[in-house]
Amino acid sequence: MSAPAIDPTKVAAAAPMPDIMPPVKARKGFWGFMYRNPTIAVGGTILLLMVLMAIFAPYLGTTDPTALAPARRTREPSAQYWFGTDMLGRDVYSRVIYGARVSLFVGFAVAICASIVGLAIGVVSGFVRWADGIIMRIMDGLMSIPSILLAIALMALTRGSVGNVILAITVAEIPRVSRLVRGVVLSLREQPYVDAAVAAGTRTPIIIWRHILPNTIAPMTVQATYVCASAMIVESILSFIGAGTPPIIPSWGNIMAEGRALWQVKPYIVFFPALFLSITVLAVNLLGDGLRDALDPRMAKRL
Amino acid sequence: MALLEVENLQTHFRAQDGVNRAVDGVTFHVNAGETVAIVGESGCGKSVTAMSILRLIPEPPGKIAGSIRFNGRDLLKLSDKEMRSIRGNEISMIFQEPMTSLNPVLTVGKQIGETLRLHQGMSAAQAEARAVEMLKLVGIPEPQRRVKEYPHQLSGGMRQRVMIAIALACNPKLLIADEPTTALDVTIQAQILDLMRDLKRTVGAAIVIITHDLGVVAEVAERVIVMYAGRKVEEASVGKLFRTPRHPYTQGLLGSMPKLGSSLTGDETRLQEIPGLVPSLKRKLDGCVFASRCPYTTDLCRAVAPALEEKDDGHVAACHYAPKEAVAA
Amino acid sequence: MFAYIVRRVLATIPVMAIVALFVFSLLYIAPGDPAAVIAGDQATPEDVERIRQSLGLDRPYLVRFGEWVFRILRGDLGVSIFTNLPVSLMIQQRIEPTLSLMVVTLLLAVTIAVPMGVVAAWKAGTWIDNAVMSFAVLSFSVPVFVVGYLLAYIFALELDWLPVQGYTPFSNGFGPWIQNLILPAVALGSVYIALIARITRATMLEVLQQDYIRTARAKGAGQRSILFLHALKNAAVPIVTVIGIGIALLIGGAVVTESVFAIPGLGRLTVDAILRRDYPVIQGVVLLFSFVYVLVNLAIDLLYTLFDPRIRY
Repeated sequence: MSAPAIDPTKVAAAAPMPDIMPPVKARKGFWGFMYRNPTIAVGGTILLLMVLMAIFAPYLGTTDPTALAPARRTREPSAQYWFGTDMLGRDVYSRVIYGARVSLFVGFAVAICASIVGLAIGVVSGFVRWADGIIMRIMDGLMSIPSILLAIALMALTRGSVGNVILAITVAEIPRVSRLVRGVVLSLREQPYVDAAVAAGTRTPIIIWRHILPNTIAPMTVQATYVCASAMIVESILSFIGAGTPPIIPSWGNIMAEGRALWQVKPYIVFFPALFLSITVLAVNLLGDGLRDALDPRMAKRL
Repeated sequence: MALLEVENLQTHFRAQDGVNRAVDGVTFHVNAGETVAIVGESGCGKSVTAMSILRLIPEPPGKIAGSIRFNGRDLLKLSDKEMRSIRGNEISMIFQEPMTSLNPVLTVGKQIGETLRLHQGMSAAQAEARAVEMLKLVGIPEPQRRVKEYPHQLSGGMRQRVMIAIALACNPKLLIADEPTTALDVTIQAQILDLMRDLKRTVGAAIVIITHDLGVVAEVAERVIVMYAGRKVEEASVGKLFRTPRHPYTQGLLGSMPKLGSSLTGDETRLQEIPGLVPSLKRKLDGCVFASRCPYTTDLCRAVAPALEEKDDGHVAACHYAPKEAVAA
Repeated sequence: MFAYIVRRVLATIPVMAIVALFVFSLLYIAPGDPAAVIAGDQATPEDVERIRQSLGLDRPYLVRFGEWVFRILRGDLGVSIFTNLPVSLMIQQRIEPTLSLMVVTLLLAVTIAVPMGVVAAWKAGTWIDNAVMSFAVLSFSVPVFVVGYLLAYIFALELDWLPVQGYTPFSNGFGPWIQNLILPAVALGSVYIALIARITRATMLEVLQQDYIRTARAKGAGQRSILFLHALKNAAVPIVTVIGIGIALLIGGAVVTESVFAIPGLGRLTVDAILRRDYPVIQGVVLLFSFVYVLVNLAIDLLYTLFDPRIRY
């Protein structure tokens, strides 16, 4: 079929087909990513604002959050006391702004500690066969104690301090993280390229460093945001029932615990910290959901 | 009037980075009792065409345009309820994966019976009795026992027989088979194809068979439609297509098919391959869709999309350079 | 089948043993002299000495653990340091409100959450789906006691539809009993509903992608039959699993909810015990809750065959 000369004006041209749906605008770069993942954009922005608020607390029109003033107890919110004052006359606005420091610190600290310890346990469990059985039985046991109850029980032993709160919540969160990591490690070990590395005589630490750890980053990041959100809620619960952060330090949970006795008559004392806490946890959760969808849509079912 | 008349079928999907024009202007017909094959590489839009006929494309993100007339009624204009009364009843479909196409938590009998209860208003007992008959018809031994079993208790070939039983339970006028034998062993493939041919004779349904396997086409089809990049590029009777393929793509497909025993008979030739990749369907193409891979491409091909022209009696192809016989007018 | 059940039941023994060991060890993980920890800040040295005697600290650890386990197996959970009553008796007195609250919450949550998740998956990407998912993420973000106060404020204080606080025993009639439980159950259930609705949606979305759903559509099956006959049964195992796992949330949440609504149950008992450092009570309650949790999940494991014929023991 050598191409014979054809008169271009006489060829039969196919009729072009119409568009049946509006064209899609492909958005690229940073803003495109944010447009496609609105939950990351919204959650990230709110979280960033809360962190800035916690850092710059002294410059946001606050007064000393621990300053007692019995003369001006339980004032309703007003121009002077934006969120009112509590039963000891302390300014609720200042306490709520400073309270962000404790809640965020506890959230981030637990997320980091639980991730590191959980990662270590998970990797060991995934690689060392004889340890796996023992470790997983222990994790099963810890997971059979409802995590809030576990944290409460641990707090009951110790004196209330921010460090102990972090420790108690971390212990309660570790089993979940290590199970996740172990699952990822075990599934990666089945991968042909890991088999190939083992067959080529690569030493285990190098396999872990090169093939295993990079693949745990995505699920770990997502899990860490959920741990962070959960830790902030557990902190507030512990403080609320009187087994958490010492009352002297203003945390959102503490402010609510103090407003508890008066909630029927002075609901604002509970309302404002509750609002800030909920918005912050919501932001972290949105960030986590967004990251999960963006990093690996198939992970949605595992978490 | 043909049983099925598809005209300018377009099925597009909204994706994150553009509109995927999976099927873009396909026209064909199927006569009552006829077997038509649609062939092409994976991603050429043949399965989407099949799914579009039954309107099994999720909308959104998909959208179907054009017209699909079945017995004169445009299926695209029917309500969901009217469409449901056609599916499994007048037009039924069997799928590629017998391992996953049956519901794992329902018994075989329930799954066959469901069609009968939906479309023929049978009671559960009647449906089960008929399910046993259908299993016997598709050649499954011990149908009384099998009817109470779950899909995981059956082999792949048996599951595909069950799929065929489901599809034929209501005596449909048209059966669409999407790669019905691809996932099966070669010996089972032959059995399933034989079964389909036998049943076609007893039931009298027209068949549209979607496949990439030209061996299957040669075995069962009367007429063949070749698709490439969401378009029909050639159509002819089986004999004409295999003897005198007109479109360079069809020639490429036939050239890449190994001939049994060719290395023994001495006429060993290297299998031809079609160079290059299927073009992205996310942007509109100027000129011929096959231009990027065709050995004969000219500037004309790149500029002007060739229309489907009748090159010989009942033999159409979309190529500027395909030779034309004197068509009997 | 029978062998599987036996194996599964036996497998819970090590788990329970680890829980027991952990609960027993709680006292000794704490920094300082356990006897002094128990005695509290105002204790005299004689008090500390008396407690040390009762703990038997002079004998080996595992021996003490063994004795403790044997006492528990006989139903003896020890004596409260604060009230001097047997812990098992204190638990008995408090169990009804907590059990009522949890059962009502469980039923309420499952009946609401599963249809919610199914509808969200069916209408994926629409406003209905978005509303369900927004509710879910919001529920995960608001602590249970805040939900409790909000509900109590709106429905009890402002609208005066339901009692603010308190508990009426079931023996006083179903009406008063349920009236007192509605608000706590909704508050406690909100996270649980969110959890179940989310897993239902996610599992259903995955199931709806399956080839057999396409087969069902190609047969002409209606939407309801596809969702509830073809899809939900396939999605049942993950959903039921999460319902079981989520009971941990109910247990943790009950502790707080009972405080908000002044319900005299095990949760209140726990909080009071913690504030008084009443260790035997804390140990008893944690042990009880954990065992119930393990047993419920064991029961759920054994139920899987009802949903999926492929699971064979």
